[in-house]
Amino acid sequence: MDQFIQQIITGLSIGSILLLVALGLSIIYGSMGIINLAHGEFVMLGAYAAWMFQQRFGLGLIESLAPIFLVVAVFGFVIERGVLSFLNNRPLDTILATWGIGVILQQAVRLTAGGELRYVQMPESLSGSAEIFGTSVSLYRVFLLVAALALFGLTWLLIQRTATGMKLRAIIQDRAMASAFGVNARRVHGLTFAYGAGLAGLAGALVSPLKSVSPEMGTGYVVDAFMVVVLGGVQSLVGTVFSAFILGELSSVIAFLQNDTVAKTLVLVAIVVLIRFRPEGLFTTRLRT
Amino acid sequence: MAITRRVLLRSAAVFGTATGTGFPHLWFKNADLAMAANGEIKVGVLFSLTGTTAIIEESLNKATLLAIEEINATGGINGMKIVPVVEDPASDPATFSEKARKLVVGDKCVSVFGSYTSASRKAVLPIFERQNNLYWYPTLYEGRECSKNVIYTGAVPNQQQDEFVPWLIKRFGPKFYLIGSNYIYPKEENNYCRKLLERHGGEVVAEEYVPLGHSEFASVINKFKSTQPNVIFSTVVGDSVVALHRQYRAAGLDPAKMPMASLTTSENEVAAMGGEAAAGHFTSAPYFMVHKSPENEKFVAAYKKRWGDDKVTHFVSEPSYFQVYLFRQAVQKLAQRDITPPNIRDAVKGAEMIAPQGKVRIAPENLHTSLWPKIAQAKSNGQFEVLVDAAQWVPPVPYAAYPGQVCTERGLTQI
Repeated sequence: MDQFIQQIITGLSIGSILLLVALGLSIIYGSMGIINLAHGEFVMLGAYAAWMFQQRFGLGLIESLAPIFLVVAVFGFVIERGVLSFLNNRPLDTILATWGIGVILQQAVRLTAGGELRYVQMPESLSGSAEIFGTSVSLYRVFLLVAALALFGLTWLLIQRTATGMKLRAIIQDRAMASAFGVNARRVHGLTFAYGAGLAGLAGALVSPLKSVSPEMGTGYVVDAFMVVVLGGVQSLVGTVFSAFILGELSSVIAFLQNDTVAKTLVLVAIVVLIRFRPEGLFTTRLRT
Repeated sequence: MAITRRVLLRSAAVFGTATGTGFPHLWFKNADLAMAANGEIKVGVLFSLTGTTAIIEESLNKATLLAIEEINATGGINGMKIVPVVEDPASDPATFSEKARKLVVGDKCVSVFGSYTSASRKAVLPIFERQNNLYWYPTLYEGRECSKNVIYTGAVPNQQQDEFVPWLIKRFGPKFYLIGSNYIYPKEENNYCRKLLERHGGEVVAEEYVPLGHSEFASVINKFKSTQPNVIFSTVVGDSVVALHRQYRAAGLDPAKMPMASLTTSENEVAAMGGEAAAGHFTSAPYFMVHKSPENEKFVAAYKKRWGDDKVTHFVSEPSYFQVYLFRQAVQKLAQRDITPPNIRDAVKGAEMIAPQGKVRIAPENLHTSLWPKIAQAKSNGQFEVLVDAAQWVPPVPYAAYPGQVCTERGLTQI
């Protein structure tokens, strides 16, 4: 029983990291239809930003979260304006362009910050562990879970309850018609992409105390993020949450019973089988077409 | 010039006479001097400067170049300069093989220093064997290889484990959890570890492999908790080492009760994870940066002066450094026209020198190196404290886990 609870909690923790990483992609891919292969590099940028704030200015991780979000969001905005806004409705070119941006970012970081592995200090107050249902859990992992859910809540509110969110939803439904009603699609797209990039940066910063920081770290995350978003259903934010935790629990349990190599394989097989029979993912939003 | 039948016949005649007399160099001027001509000895330096293993291979490249520069600054070898030809194989075995061919066939290097991963060594091996050239491999590895064309200056399993495993059993207890990255090196090391455990009354509570580059160890750590081993025997490599240590610490496990004992965690990895995550865990290797010897102090000072004060030396960069000196020793014994890879190999058999770790020797029978195993504990300042220092050097046994198989000068033999 103890082990069972422990595994459930571990699954939640793995799921929360997946959710963190996938949230930004879900916004960008789901609402703008942009397949952003540079997503992993945005995550990497966030981690490096956390490292830099700590190294240069002695800022703790929690204090630097807001500036990290801003830095990566501005970066995303520039990329959207400078490159992607010229590639509207050209998905194939967008894939290539974001891939290229990813490669450029990786090399740029390698040249400026160096190729060595870096690490980000865990906040002292969160480095202990807590007792939950009789099993000890790392406080930092609990914090990640809370942070992931909070960011999801915030994002949901932004989309459902703000004017910009409403415009975004209108554009998703029908871009031409929304524009005809005076919605500035270009501006909304820029903001959305920036927000998604900022979320990815936050994810990178938040996971960096548990993992290593290197120029290539994004590659793994982008795969995870796409897995989550595709399984959850491309346009469904709620779907992203469910699929992140389903995948987290699934890999946690399989890894415990077998090992991580088997877990990785079986989870991928499960996703492939599922989208074979349900290409739209677990959750779908109905669209006017 | 078009190749006419006459030209072809003529060159065939010349070639036939030349080789027939046994003195081709009388006929083809400088044919055998090409390998060490104009007062220069060309060697290849083949470490990845880009790609996934660049992080560590860059330091090997630096140690190699440092040794070459030092030798050249003190007059080179018999008045000849060593000229390094540096290539970047980009952490990709196929590129390794392509660049090795270029160094050996195109640049006519007499030796190549290179490689970190076993995959890249295996990729270049056929080239060195076919061309009868010489490859100097500085990394600790899984053993089970016996080539006349590779000089192995890193540790093989018996040199890292023979002392380490019984020491761990005695100090912490018999229950071992074997965790490694999923490829050949950890599997062979664990295979040997199991044999030692059997011999010394230890037991394996679990043996597990995670994918290369894996960074989520939550489930693994749960298994540590549920199986309660005395020792976590780790052969996890690369950035996974960092994630494992940091998550171990975040989970509130205590290195004093359930330490990780590693064959792969060096100063380099410790710098990447931060001293506080590494503190209390153990590593067995022939070299640590804090080792006290005049040779090591000189090496560390020279390394920092050349490459930066924040740089660390570690148990792969040290062999990268001293193997160039062994190369010098071998070439010194040869007349200029005899400087060929097979002659260098023969001259290096049995060669000894005082390396930073202690006096090392190339075993003539298997071209591996006698080394000085040490057991050390990581401290929060990012350095190690050496707890056990071998009383004498330990000769290499590349087939230690395979009774009946011995690497000899004639190749692998069964007894």
